[in-house]
Amino acid sequence: MEIKILGPGCPKCKQTEDLVRKVVIETGVDAKVEKVSDIMEIAGYGVFGTPAVVVDGEVKSVGKIPTKEEIKTWIGK
Amino acid sequence: MKERTKLLLIILVFLACYYVPWSHPNIRQAGLEAFMMLQEYAREHVLTCLIPAFFIAGAIAVFVSQASVLKYFGASAKKILSYSVASISGSVLAVCSCTVLPLFAGIYTRGAGIGPATAFLYSGPAINVLAIVLTARILGWQMGLARAVGAVIFAIITGLLMAFFFRKDDAARETGQIYVPEDEDKGRTLGQDAFYMLTMVMILVFAAFARPAPGSAGLWQIIFAAKWYITAFFLIVLFIMLKSWFTKEERINWVQSTWGFMKQIFPLLGAGVLVAGFMLGRPGHSAFIPEHYIQTLVGGNSLWANLFASVSGAFMYFATLTEVPILQGLIGAGMGKEPALSLLLAGPALSLPNMLVIGGVMGVKKTLTFCLIIVVLSTIAGMCYGWIADLS
Repeated sequence: MEIKILGPGCPKCKQTEDLVRKVVIETGVDAKVEKVSDIMEIAGYGVFGTPAVVVDGEVKSVGKIPTKEEIKTWIGK
Repeated sequence: MKERTKLLLIILVFLACYYVPWSHPNIRQAGLEAFMMLQEYAREHVLTCLIPAFFIAGAIAVFVSQASVLKYFGASAKKILSYSVASISGSVLAVCSCTVLPLFAGIYTRGAGIGPATAFLYSGPAINVLAIVLTARILGWQMGLARAVGAVIFAIITGLLMAFFFRKDDAARETGQIYVPEDEDKGRTLGQDAFYMLTMVMILVFAAFARPAPGSAGLWQIIFAAKWYITAFFLIVLFIMLKSWFTKEERINWVQSTWGFMKQIFPLLGAGVLVAGFMLGRPGHSAFIPEHYIQTLVGGNSLWANLFASVSGAFMYFATLTEVPILQGLIGAGMGKEPALSLLLAGPALSLPNMLVIGGVMGVKKTLTFCLIIVVLSTIAGMCYGWIADLS
């Protein structure tokens, strides 16, 4: 599984990234977490607000810090 | 920050400590001015103006639904709506750097196109609530109003011009699925939210109510005498609303986002005031840079003064809100009101680092055009402001 956190580097994006990494470690899911901060790459996903989370190419949340429960459902736990 | 940058900074500070002739009378005077100006801000502006404004900004960031605004930036949105929303939505969306650049890139590549994207990019930093409040408070309400109105009008003109110049590119733009932040059901009506914001604006207005000039109409005197009672009344209203309309989680979010802005902006603003005080001094007091230099460069309302102000504003980087104390210093040292407006309109929207980022999104040619349009418009606005001020 491939999880991407889209965000240019604001505090909220950092928090989202930390949270996703934490959940991945806690659940033991085999996933690669990547932070994307290139503006054009973010725009390429059609995302109009950050932080955004993309799981396997599918945009899951936009413009907010997701909750732990949301992240767990996205990665199927 | 890279380790090498840190080392470089420490060396620079060390060299400054070592070599600057701190006992020289000019340097002493400038250092004193820096702290006098900081004290003036602390005494006059922080409690009654900045703190309420931070709470309003926090409320906007948390409670105003971004989704309702963003839908006007889609590729299929009506053009008139896209432009008008782009030019004013900075007041709602631009309070956080998380939003501005990704949103700009998104509108440009996938959404309504280059026109609304550049309109948004330009108006954003100039019309957010903190910038307008502080400008009006410190540089006078005329300047605050001119800044807000100027930014909105220019945003539309800039956007239309960009869309016209690059109309061919725009047609070839790819369209695709876009994702906007979802609209959450809040359990409050729009009216309730509006009333809540309005109450906070009232607190800001009355707490910061200036002493009327002696001999002015009786009404202003009465309001001034009663301002703390009125403020207290609105505070009680606000408290009741918070208690009955908002959940505990929402209240916590609001305070957190307000605290976030304070953490981010206060240190920068404090540093900006110190630098402005050191270099330029309070109005009527001289500091490090002699006043006649400033009067020669940007005094009066000549074409040259306005052009100089807008070009230097375009390249200079201002941390959020620091443009205000710097301009206060410049005006105090003899800068004309008109070049000051030129600088205000060109400055915060553009800076060298910012140009590089925009360049990465739109390419060099479009970025240059964008900057050029803004510099020309800002210069013209400065001159017009002079004529309007002369008429009245």
